Amino acid sequence: MVSRTFRTRAMAATVAVLALGLAACGSSGSGDSSTDAATGGGDSGDLINVGFSQVGAESGWRAANTKSIQDTLTKDNGFDLKFSDAQQKQENQIQAIRSYIAQGVDYIAFSPVVESGWDAVLEEAKQANIPVILTDRAVDSEDKSLYVTFIGSDFVEEGKRIGEWVNDNVATEPINVVELQGTTGSAPAIDRKQGFEDATKGNPNVKIIASQTGNFTRAEGKTVMEGFLQANPDIDLVYAHNDDMALGAIEAIEAAGKKPGTDIKIVSIDGVKDGMQALADGKINYIVECNPLLGPDLADIIKTLHSGGTVEPRIVTHDDAFDQAAAKEALPTRQY
Amino acid sequence: MNLGAIARHRLFWPLVALVVLLVASALKSPAFLEVTVRDGHLFGGPVDILRRSSVLLLVALGMTLVIATRGIDLSVGAVMAIAGAVALSQIAASPDPGALSTVLLAMLTALAVALGIGVFNGFLVAVVGIQPIVATLIFMTAGRGIAMLITGGQITTVTSAPYKTIASGYWLGLPVAALIAALIFGATALLTRRTALGVLIESVGINPSASRLAGVRARTIIWTVYVICAAFACIAGFIKSSDIMAADSNNAGLFIELDAILAVVIGGTSLAGGKFSLTGTLVGSLVITTLTLSITILGIPVNAVSLFKALVVIAVCLLQSPVVQHRMRSRRRRAAPVPVEVPA
Repeated sequence: MVSRTFRTRAMAATVAVLALGLAACGSSGSGDSSTDAATGGGDSGDLINVGFSQVGAESGWRAANTKSIQDTLTKDNGFDLKFSDAQQKQENQIQAIRSYIAQGVDYIAFSPVVESGWDAVLEEAKQANIPVILTDRAVDSEDKSLYVTFIGSDFVEEGKRIGEWVNDNVATEPINVVELQGTTGSAPAIDRKQGFEDATKGNPNVKIIASQTGNFTRAEGKTVMEGFLQANPDIDLVYAHNDDMALGAIEAIEAAGKKPGTDIKIVSIDGVKDGMQALADGKINYIVECNPLLGPDLADIIKTLHSGGTVEPRIVTHDDAFDQAAAKEALPTRQY
Repeated sequence: MNLGAIARHRLFWPLVALVVLLVASALKSPAFLEVTVRDGHLFGGPVDILRRSSVLLLVALGMTLVIATRGIDLSVGAVMAIAGAVALSQIAASPDPGALSTVLLAMLTALAVALGIGVFNGFLVAVVGIQPIVATLIFMTAGRGIAMLITGGQITTVTSAPYKTIASGYWLGLPVAALIAALIFGATALLTRRTALGVLIESVGINPSASRLAGVRARTIIWTVYVICAAFACIAGFIKSSDIMAADSNNAGLFIELDAILAVVIGGTSLAGGKFSLTGTLVGSLVITTLTLSITILGIPVNAVSLFKALVVIAVCLLQSPVVQHRMRSRRRRAAPVPVEVPA
């Protein structure tokens, strides 16, 4: 009897949890926008209504990206920005985009958390005649008419540049490489892996001995690197898909009694402040920048579209690359 | 005790899983089980497992006590995020981040906040009578938002030697994090097994009304376990944030409530409340931590990680279930007419 009562209760509770969970998801999309309820709808004077759905705040890069967008798309610049944070969940992003469609914003911009599964919601936006701009990450839809343009770095190119630097500077003798991948299924993880492999494929000295996801976070970068260090006694180079995982790897390498940057070389992508600092300190060897300051470019695109102009379907941002000497020079004037 | 009795012990299969994972990792990478001294402290796979499991063990300990009272605490992951956010923002804002007094003060503040959340959870469950799963869901969903508010939506990074010691330091060659967890495990075991507290918690879990009529202060006991659970989660939050020296409100302790519940269940404590086993929880935590580490060592392909984890957990849970155990025994008896069990 007791167990049956308990089971019934547990079931009721589960249902309640699910209901609450859904409610919570719903509010995360519309909650942010309700702050702008006064100006809601597509007819708020001269301001251009833009709904932006951010991936999350998983790394320093993302924080800089968020700040750039929020600082550029201001009321003073003629925008009414509705911003929401999807906390790295696709369902939250879809929810947010639907709520933007329901509110009838003029433009929707978002950084898709993963590549696939966007066709349905983008179709809804198309039906509602709301142009969609992809920032930073791409989607794998066959139908290119679902979005106006994709602005962001060329991730394959970033991986290639890392690979080329490794070929020229480290892989002059045989080396064992471990790879810290980004979030499984995300465009930067797939493309950065691809680019690196393309560049090092012709070099028999480069041997990728292990590759695992660190989910773009420091904590997981550290955990995975600890495992790598236990499993493989002779690692020569760590290729991290972003700086935060590289920073986690540094902690793990130091804990293992080795010197990051010397005993084990580290290359990564992003160029956030903490990463550049580690590069200047000699703990990272090479960083290819992935420019997060997309705000101004996004503002230009929207203004062009709003005045009836057209934009290229793919806009590649300019990225720099830094070695240790260049990092020391650049660090004092970095914006992020 | 004969072999059959050992095989029937509720910790038999979890321990088998632990050994299998360790052996598989050692076969794949022979150096895995080696423990060496490096920079004056122990280094090696087993040390990593001890250090890594400290976070989960702390959370699971608190969860064990809560589950023993027929409750559940879903807010532990969020409490960890808040603990890290409060402590690190305070250290980052202070003029002297490296001072021991700064770090202690920051940790005390964070602990006070966590205790406050525990008191709130306990109040909702014990006094207001809300279902535990619903009551603690409030902070599970709202907690990360609060942590984000504290850190201003950023990842707060600090440099502070005393704080770094919590997760990366060593004392007498052993990782400080593991020592903290061991100390708290010992204290909890003493408090519940050498005083009446353990029996009182179990009696409340088995039948709250009967134990209240028998003179047990059920309400106070239930309230207390939620406060203890939040306090342990807070300490786990310190270790987690000290590990990367950053307060990552979105990811710190994400889904750890599920891992903790799993550790408790693998350890043989029933979700229906009543009898609990702290040793079981310890074994459960070690199994889950080893599982995570062995994924990297065994080189499981990225896309198969979740599936691999699920398969191991399903295998352990199935082998542990009384129905499967009974079936297996009767089949073995049919196959071998000679009695397997020798009478004592």
